Amino acid sequence: MSEVAQDRHSVGQRAAGEGHGSLRDYLRGFFLSVILTAIPFWLVMSGALDSKIATALAITVFAVAQIIVHMVYFLHMNTRSEGGWTIMALVFTLILVVIVLIGSLWIIYHLNANMMPGMDMSQMP
Amino acid sequence: MSDCLVFAALFATYGVLGGSYAAGPQPKDLFELPLVAVNTSMLLLSSITYGFAMLTTYQGRAAATQGWLIVTALFGMAFVGIELHEFTDMIHDGATPQRSAFLSAFFTLVGTHGLHVTVGLIWMVTLMLQVGRRGLIPDNVRRLACLSMFWHFLDVIWIGVFTFVYLGGMLR
Repeated sequence: MSEVAQDRHSVGQRAAGEGHGSLRDYLRGFFLSVILTAIPFWLVMSGALDSKIATALAITVFAVAQIIVHMVYFLHMNTRSEGGWTIMALVFTLILVVIVLIGSLWIIYHLNANMMPGMDMSQMP
Repeated sequence: MSDCLVFAALFATYGVLGGSYAAGPQPKDLFELPLVAVNTSMLLLSSITYGFAMLTTYQGRAAATQGWLIVTALFGMAFVGIELHEFTDMIHDGATPQRSAFLSAFFTLVGTHGLHVTVGLIWMVTLMLQVGRRGLIPDNVRRLACLSMFWHFLDVIWIGVFTFVYLGGMLR
């Protein structure tokens, strides 16, 4: 939800005449991305966290953070003149992606599990 | 974005099949993280230079735009080159897409992304020619803005790829 809030904020900036993202925006996005890329690589390569699950969770958090940084600073999700509509499109895309990802993972996982040799579906109750 | 859905489906496939090695090579044996880190920085640098190209576009400086587009294209080519090098190394070691479900899913997901970058490069060369002939007319500015979205979108997808495929693969 913070994404949407940031989108609104930047729409306001555009109305104030800031335009299509400034040099400062790009550089800020770039340095944030570098940091958000370097940390997960370092976490995995050095094995700084003992537990693998903790590392996996941490790199997922960094990935989501970096995707938000890219959307705000590089894609200017907000700077189109149709302001509100891009937010609607983004929310719609996110919903579809979540449905496809979770639905596919669910269905393909079960298909995959049922494809094991020696498993006869006709004998299932 | 329909392209988002393509990648969502490919990520889901990889998520399920990523652990099915069929006794073949595993991510730990195949991936070279330093190379992936270089690749990631190539794509990230190409993203920021495309941003500079867009800034100069809105300032109406066609020559500077062309210059930044060339720099972006070079970074993009470096990215595709390193990826192809990685693929040939893997295939040379017998890690072909036919080897296991993990490798099929890997080559489909990462290959689709690489193909997108290649198409983006062709698109970029086309726009360089267009800007060269007509200058920064409104049509060309709109085209550049469209490619900007595509190019940054590819970088967003790559974040998912290096996090879940490469880094996640090393953790398995």
